[in-house]
Amino acid sequence: MKNQNNFSALPISPTVDKVGVEERVSRFQKRSIKTDAKSHGLRMVLNMIDLTTLEGKDTPGKVRQMCYKAHHLHDSLPGLPTVAAVCVYPSMVGLAKSLVKNSGVKVASVSTAFPSGQAPMDVKISDTKFAVNEGADEIDMVISRGKFLAGEYNFVFDEIAAIKEVCGKARLKVILETGELATLDKVRKASDIAIYAGADFIKTSTGKIQPAATMQVTYTMLMAIKDYFDETGVMIGMKPAGGISNSKLALHNLVMVKELLGDKWLTNEWFRFGASSLANDVLMQILKTETGNYQSSDYFTID
Amino acid sequence: MASKNKKTNWEYAPSIESTDHINLKKRYGLFINGKWVTPSSKKYFKTINPNDEKVIAEISHANQNDVNNAVKAARMAYDKVWSKMPAAERGKYIYRIARLMQERAREFAVVESLDAGKPIREARDIDIPLACNHFFYYAGWSDKLDYAFPNRKISPLGVAGQIIPWNFPLLMAAWKIAPALAAGNTVVLKPAETTSLTALKLAEVIEESGLPAGVVNIITGFGDTGAAIVNHPDVNKIAFTGSTGVGKIIQKAISGTDKKATLELGGKSANIIFDDAPLDQAIEGIVNGIFFNQGHVCCAGSRLFVQESIADKVVRKLKHRMQSLVIGNPLDKNTDVGAINSKEQLQIIKKYIKIGIDEGAEMHQSSCDIPKKGFFCAPTIFTNVAQSSVIAQEEIFGPVLTIQTFRTVDEVIQKANNSPYGLAAGVWTDKGSRIFNLTTKLKAGVIWANTYNKFDPSSPFGGYKESGFGREGGMQGLSAYLKLS
Repeated sequence: MKNQNNFSALPISPTVDKVGVEERVSRFQKRSIKTDAKSHGLRMVLNMIDLTTLEGKDTPGKVRQMCYKAHHLHDSLPGLPTVAAVCVYPSMVGLAKSLVKNSGVKVASVSTAFPSGQAPMDVKISDTKFAVNEGADEIDMVISRGKFLAGEYNFVFDEIAAIKEVCGKARLKVILETGELATLDKVRKASDIAIYAGADFIKTSTGKIQPAATMQVTYTMLMAIKDYFDETGVMIGMKPAGGISNSKLALHNLVMVKELLGDKWLTNEWFRFGASSLANDVLMQILKTETGNYQSSDYFTID
Repeated sequence: MASKNKKTNWEYAPSIESTDHINLKKRYGLFINGKWVTPSSKKYFKTINPNDEKVIAEISHANQNDVNNAVKAARMAYDKVWSKMPAAERGKYIYRIARLMQERAREFAVVESLDAGKPIREARDIDIPLACNHFFYYAGWSDKLDYAFPNRKISPLGVAGQIIPWNFPLLMAAWKIAPALAAGNTVVLKPAETTSLTALKLAEVIEESGLPAGVVNIITGFGDTGAAIVNHPDVNKIAFTGSTGVGKIIQKAISGTDKKATLELGGKSANIIFDDAPLDQAIEGIVNGIFFNQGHVCCAGSRLFVQESIADKVVRKLKHRMQSLVIGNPLDKNTDVGAINSKEQLQIIKKYIKIGIDEGAEMHQSSCDIPKKGFFCAPTIFTNVAQSSVIAQEEIFGPVLTIQTFRTVDEVIQKANNSPYGLAAGVWTDKGSRIFNLTTKLKAGVIWANTYNKFDPSSPFGGYKESGFGREGGMQGLSAYLKLS
């Protein structure tokens, strides 16, 4: 079972060879996804999206419109799935929860002084508690990258374990902010820390830092999930966030998940896309497969 | 209201490369002296698609008389035209061939995949671009030979007889023809009998390029045709890529003559994984090493050595990775492992798999659907293999990997070198110093570090011991076609 709160159980992370990773990733990108596989894949993508708004200028009006879109993606085409969740700041959780109830769409809240994580521990705890009490189904926390890069792995581990404790029933996604970790070796190390400290999901980025969810980074994190599963039999979810804005890239991500982890990861319980503009591109592609024509972006709503 | 999508079995739909654009004749003659001629034997044989066993075209079977004509044409072209032409002009022709090949890259890729059984992805991304690059690379050398061999007197050899295998048909033709022409020789080339088509398409390109008649002659046939080339008294140089058995016959045949030779023969190359290696990338290297081109690769990493402390993990990861390999129609863009080149080769591979089982090694194959028609073999690995097992000693030339464990660096160097072959090796470790230690001690022509099966025209390739002699590619590849004094 899971070795929660046990830093000593953390294994030595394997080294990662960047050139080899790039080569492997290029193989996923060469998979040709056509016809049935494409339309099925695109629907899976839609159903895995965490529709996100994380701005200082977020208002109830903005959140209200996004939440409606979350389960009315394109009503003129019946039978489309909903997105997986809406992702908002803690202050908007209550509102979002009231808007998506009964739709199956979950509410995820960022927390722990998102996006920088540069706040004292008690602030992070109360930030998280607030979101959970408001009804968040999922918590997207950030790790302390400064501490991680300073080599204080124990601190990072304990922090994640502490947040996990206050999450209660909410599932915990741990954001590594891979764009600030610089190397794939570090990404792997952070993934292992997050997983062993109690993450239900590991997530690439806040969306505020570039580069975000490159396939190389996602590959490295998926391998950490795979190794943990082989070791313990426990599944961990994965969420690439930021930078996945078109259908092709999203499908290549699914190819990668399928080939590395297997089909059982291909549901929104175990895989998510953190994205705001991806949904419309996917809808455009789905309509193209249905009607044979690309339609203007004017026909897709931008909530 | 919107519904949820719960279905999680996601299969790739077929994505077959179109064959509409390719242009194949029903029957091919011989390309001698710039013309397409009927074989004097009047005999033709069928070339089939190993995917569905259907006939693609009929190919001429050249006899002694045809070989005489081809060599005569090559000699004439050498004496009258090619040896007198300014080197820069030679280069222009080679560049032109490269560009024409590039323009028809898609057609070449599809024909190669159809005829050889290799996945279209590999033909498209590796074979054809690399073949073009060989012509581009050697075109550049044509007028710079003096700089390649400073303070030496250089002259071409004359007529080169070239015999190539069926695993990389067009690429091997490029490896042979490009340096020969750049160095100022003329050529008689014979492709393997199961894979003549891309060489014949190359003859069309050569025709289109306006290369003077007789400079390149392409004749097709079986072993007897090859033997006639080897034994022809007016051939100055033999370049052969193929099995060690045939290589030995060639060497006997030309002993006592002044024919120069380069032989690129078999291999049983070691791929060595240390416990500090980037494991997941090493798994990729193992897969590329042995399952690339169905294992029909002379430098395939067919002997895997894994440090004992990580052996279970590596085997587990490898089995998982094998499961995601797509086996099937070579023309499907998602196919990773295509068809075995011929029925004969499939039988040889099956024979070795049986030997492995009989020897008590533990076999594992990926549990993929194997097409009923055509020649297919599931990717196969054997564990519990000893150095003394037949499957660890003999070249299988198929998707079959033997796995042995080792404890120390010295042990693995000894075991890796303990083979009649010495073509290639792979070393996987995070330690740079260890890489350099091994590269100096492994007796192999090519050693890859943290990668496998990487080729480039500028990099020489060739073996030690029974893997042959002479180098192809790079500057070294030129000297095999030059008299240096």
